[in-house]
Amino acid sequence: MKFETPATTNPIDQLKVIGKPTRRIDGPLKTTGTAPYAYERHDVAANQAYGYVVGSAIAKGRIASMNLDAAKAAPGVLAIVTAANAGKLAKGDFNTAKLLGGPEIDHYHQAIALVVAESFEQARAAASLVRVEYTRGKGAYDLAAAMGTAIKPQASFGTEPDSGIGNFAAAFAEAPVQLDARYTTPDHSHAMMEPHASIAAWEGDKLTVWTSNQMIAWSVGDMAKTLGIPKENIRFDSPYIGGGFGGKLFNRADALLAVLGAKAAGRPVKVALTRPLMINNTTHRPATIQRVRLGATADGKLTAVGHESWSGDLPGGGPETAVGQTRLLYAGENRMTAMRLAVLDLPEGNAMRAPGEAPGLMALEIAVDEMAEKLAMDPVAFRVLNDTQVDPEKPSRPFSQRRLNECMETGAERFGWSKRNPKPGLTRDGRWLVGMGVAAAFRNNLNGPSAARVRLDKSGIVTVETDMTDIGTGTYTIIAQTAAEMMGVPLDKVVVKLGDSAFPVSAGSGGQWGANSSTAGVYAACVKLREAVAQKLGINAADAVFADSKVKAGRRSAPLGDAAADGELVAEDMMEYGDLAEKYQQSTFGAHFCEVGVDAMTGEIRVRRMLAVCAAGRILNPKSARSQVIGAMTMGAGAALMEELAVDKRFGFFVNHDLAGYEVPVHADIPHQEVIFLDETDPTTSPMKAKGVGELGICGVAAAVANAIYNATGVRVRDYPITLDKLLDKLPDIA
Amino acid sequence: MKSFTYERADTPAAATAAFARAPGARFIAGGTNLLDLMKLEIETPAHLIDVSRLALDKIEATKEGGLRIGAMVRNTDLASDARVRRDYGLLSRALVAGASGQLRNKATTAGNLLQRTRCPYFYDTNQPCNKRKPGSGCAAIGGFNRLHAVVGASEACIATHPSDMAVAMRAFDAAVETVDAAGKVRAIPLADFYRAPGTTPHLETVLAPGELITAVTLPKPVGGTHVYHKVRDRASYAFALISVGVIVQRDGTGRVALGGIGYKPWRVEAAEAELPRGAKAVASGLLAGAKTTHENAYKLPLVERTLAGVLAQAKG
Ligand SMILES: Cc1cc2nc3c(=O)[nH]c(=O)nc-3n(C[C@H](O)[C@H](O)[C@H](O)COP(=O)(O)OP(=O)(O)OC[C@H]3O[C@@H](n4cnc5c(N)ncnc54)[C@H](O)[C@@H]3O)c2cc1C
Ligand code: SF4
Repeated sequence: MKFETPATTNPIDQLKVIGKPTRRIDGPLKTTGTAPYAYERHDVAANQAYGYVVGSAIAKGRIASMNLDAAKAAPGVLAIVTAANAGKLAKGDFNTAKLLGGPEIDHYHQAIALVVAESFEQARAAASLVRVEYTRGKGAYDLAAAMGTAIKPQASFGTEPDSGIGNFAAAFAEAPVQLDARYTTPDHSHAMMEPHASIAAWEGDKLTVWTSNQMIAWSVGDMAKTLGIPKENIRFDSPYIGGGFGGKLFNRADALLAVLGAKAAGRPVKVALTRPLMINNTTHRPATIQRVRLGATADGKLTAVGHESWSGDLPGGGPETAVGQTRLLYAGENRMTAMRLAVLDLPEGNAMRAPGEAPGLMALEIAVDEMAEKLAMDPVAFRVLNDTQVDPEKPSRPFSQRRLNECMETGAERFGWSKRNPKPGLTRDGRWLVGMGVAAAFRNNLNGPSAARVRLDKSGIVTVETDMTDIGTGTYTIIAQTAAEMMGVPLDKVVVKLGDSAFPVSAGSGGQWGANSSTAGVYAACVKLREAVAQKLGINAADAVFADSKVKAGRRSAPLGDAAADGELVAEDMMEYGDLAEKYQQSTFGAHFCEVGVDAMTGEIRVRRMLAVCAAGRILNPKSARSQVIGAMTMGAGAALMEELAVDKRFGFFVNHDLAGYEVPVHADIPHQEVIFLDETDPTTSPMKAKGVGELGICGVAAAVANAIYNATGVRVRDYPITLDKLLDKLPDIA
Repeated sequence: MKSFTYERADTPAAATAAFARAPGARFIAGGTNLLDLMKLEIETPAHLIDVSRLALDKIEATKEGGLRIGAMVRNTDLASDARVRRDYGLLSRALVAGASGQLRNKATTAGNLLQRTRCPYFYDTNQPCNKRKPGSGCAAIGGFNRLHAVVGASEACIATHPSDMAVAMRAFDAAVETVDAAGKVRAIPLADFYRAPGTTPHLETVLAPGELITAVTLPKPVGGTHVYHKVRDRASYAFALISVGVIVQRDGTGRVALGGIGYKPWRVEAAEAELPRGAKAVASGLLAGAKTTHENAYKLPLVERTLAGVLAQAKG
């Protein structure tokens, strides 16, 4: 099915199941510990051996020698895989550095060996006996120092490095009110709960990988390329994923090394990455240095909007697209944005929840707050005044739907924004300095082709199969809701099977495109199944009403299952897209409000309450959507207050490579959160009329916290995370 | 992890005797620190002597009017003991500011005192670290050292001792009771228990190999108002950037102990004489001779400010 014109009324609009707050259908499995996560799939292949990954001890250079004798002789050892004995391996399209390094080393903890043994403990003990001598090379690890060498990168994922309209330089120079400030955001780790983990088994030349992966088809393709075997010979299965946040979009060392280990050992092998390897072996959100320049008229109209961002990556990598939102978020006739990329020999940078927008808004939305203050305007009113209903760089192109102002105003009302003292540093609650902050949330909506297969059996059970993944987001449930709505059955008559590459190829989970795209694919397949049912029952598909597990047309009515009385009915289709996303700018919007307390003595910062108001198309399941947004708000608070991979600029690695050192918020950090979804549908996105929310929720949060800290203390910190050491010398005297 | 053998001791004498048979062994109590270190091969004992079930799990009154806390009393039980809460509130508060509920259920009094530093380079066996591998250098000096020591450090090591519990015990003038394989018992004031890093940062306490901690004693209660403020980037489940524990009497005299700034809980009795003159005077005495890096210099004003806040709170 091709989606080429805006959706009209369709069965989803009945909203009998869709749009209802619905508990996760996979919830009981997860809460009882019986959902089969990759590493614990003991039943899928007999005789599993354990692999333990050896990571490089240096960030850049060469392996001078590697002695495996002691490791090979250790108890229980079955095989050791290294680049020297693994045979020819290509690099996957989605990987910047090789997953199995050596003799060249590209980054710290790049995998250089896998030790396979009978038990995990034996593999780990033997891994420590692998003796490696290195020749250290000289690497670049300091973004600020490498800024001067940064180049204009190629377009990535369709995003050009530079953009502009009008004459920014002149308009900025002439603007009566100007802001020119520099902001930095650090490297971030996904820090999801479940580590990267895979089990691999070969049967002849057929390979099966049970893994934890967001993008099944991409990763099957990359595995085929890496090994030089046809992708038809590879099956990936990833039904449950304990979080990914972008860290599991691609194959990582666990998958490739399990595959190579299984080949070498001649039996199934399982590999999980340890927490330190998750941080230095896999991907992270790259640090940025950003410069924002804004020019406005005295009455607060933006006339010049400029945003530049510098980030680093390994050779062949890409930039953090931190200026993307600035191209679209506010009005202003003269604009420029630019991204520059330096070579850094740190572990590879890549997507993490709301790549681009998350760090971009951390800077832009402080800048907007600073500008409002210069203009003596309320920051909500300033944003509302500079709203745009068209793409500011291409004014002939409207937004499909944009209710940012309503988010702002609703939020201000609900949060009690009018109680905020615009003068910073004056509100006290005992020893706490109290402040409120606001920021806009913005994240583009992306759609991708997505296919599904639906089966109907004679008892009226509808089974959906797609290689779509549920990374903890609630995909199982919204897919079940979609099928239930389309086929007129209750939720418990729907079975959902995900994450198997044997199923039709979906959009996968990433870029907040999963929910709308994958359910649209299920919609397409269900339309086909409805036709097949009608035909089987001898009724006109156009007249058929699917409700209460029955199919009705005029006075005829038959149980749905009757259509499958003499054999299962199967329908498969893919939703594809025309050019609506080019004609209309499809984005999601929100407003984040935050109140913080700052201990006037110690500078400790504690969030007191948070509110998000989101406008993100139809909310398919308000319950799981809310979970997505509060989780994202929590992550945003982490980015504001504590999350930072500490770079050792001499040795070139992230030093705080465990969850004791890399702090993410705990419950005590997040006392109160509220989420409001504006009631809306966007008919240009798909027949579901939905968009993503999972990434919108993090966008702008950190800036709202930062702005609240400023309001509380009068201290403006432009370098994240905002920790007390950055406030201390500017807090009130203690005398 | 290196493979190791294991035995469980039933009496302190059996535990020390077992050590005498297997020098280089380690006692294991709650295991919450030692096991992590073994998995990372930072500690590689060939033999473990499990002391967790020794009958050292009682908190008893001493004839001097204080408390004897058995070495195997769990942090949770110690924090919630009625006598501790009433008479040694600072200890109870310091304990519950540490780790998490689950960890405190396992963690023991002795293990807590002997937990090792949280310096991230100590935890990464690829990096130079004099404490882990004597003579290899100190990666934290010149590296990421925002969390490191500002007092008492050396050219060889700038690690801190991470215990919260020990800070409160230091304020109470606690002593550590031990027994060795010869049955010799001694009481070591906590003030003398930890060794300055000097050129031998791998030697952390004055305990002899195989010397078993049996108890920690607290002298009789000193009254006063007790406040423990642990300063950290997140609200819970994080080690201290710094911590300040105070016991303040009505007349303005009192005691101050600090955590997170040195290789041991930091107390300078002479500085306490300045208490009536306020935080600044006390802090300057406590931090005399401090040496900071670009990243941890904030700890000095933070100590002073936190102390000021804590003193204000203690005054009520
Ligand atoms: C995630 C995490 C967070 C934490 N956060 C904090 C925190 O915020 N504040 C804090 O103070 N602590 C914190 N801790 C540390 C925790 O308090 C210690 O791990 C715990 O107290 C150690 O006690 P244990 O009984 O488990 O010791 P073990 O791990 O069993 O032993 C530790 C050491 O003591 C030795 N030992 C044990 N018993 C004896 C004995 N009787 N005689 C001689 N030697 C002995 C062992 O040989 C070993 O060297 C944290 C730990 C973790 C893992
Ligand atoms: S500070 Fe001490 S523990 Fe840390 S690296 Fe240096 S020597 Fe090792």
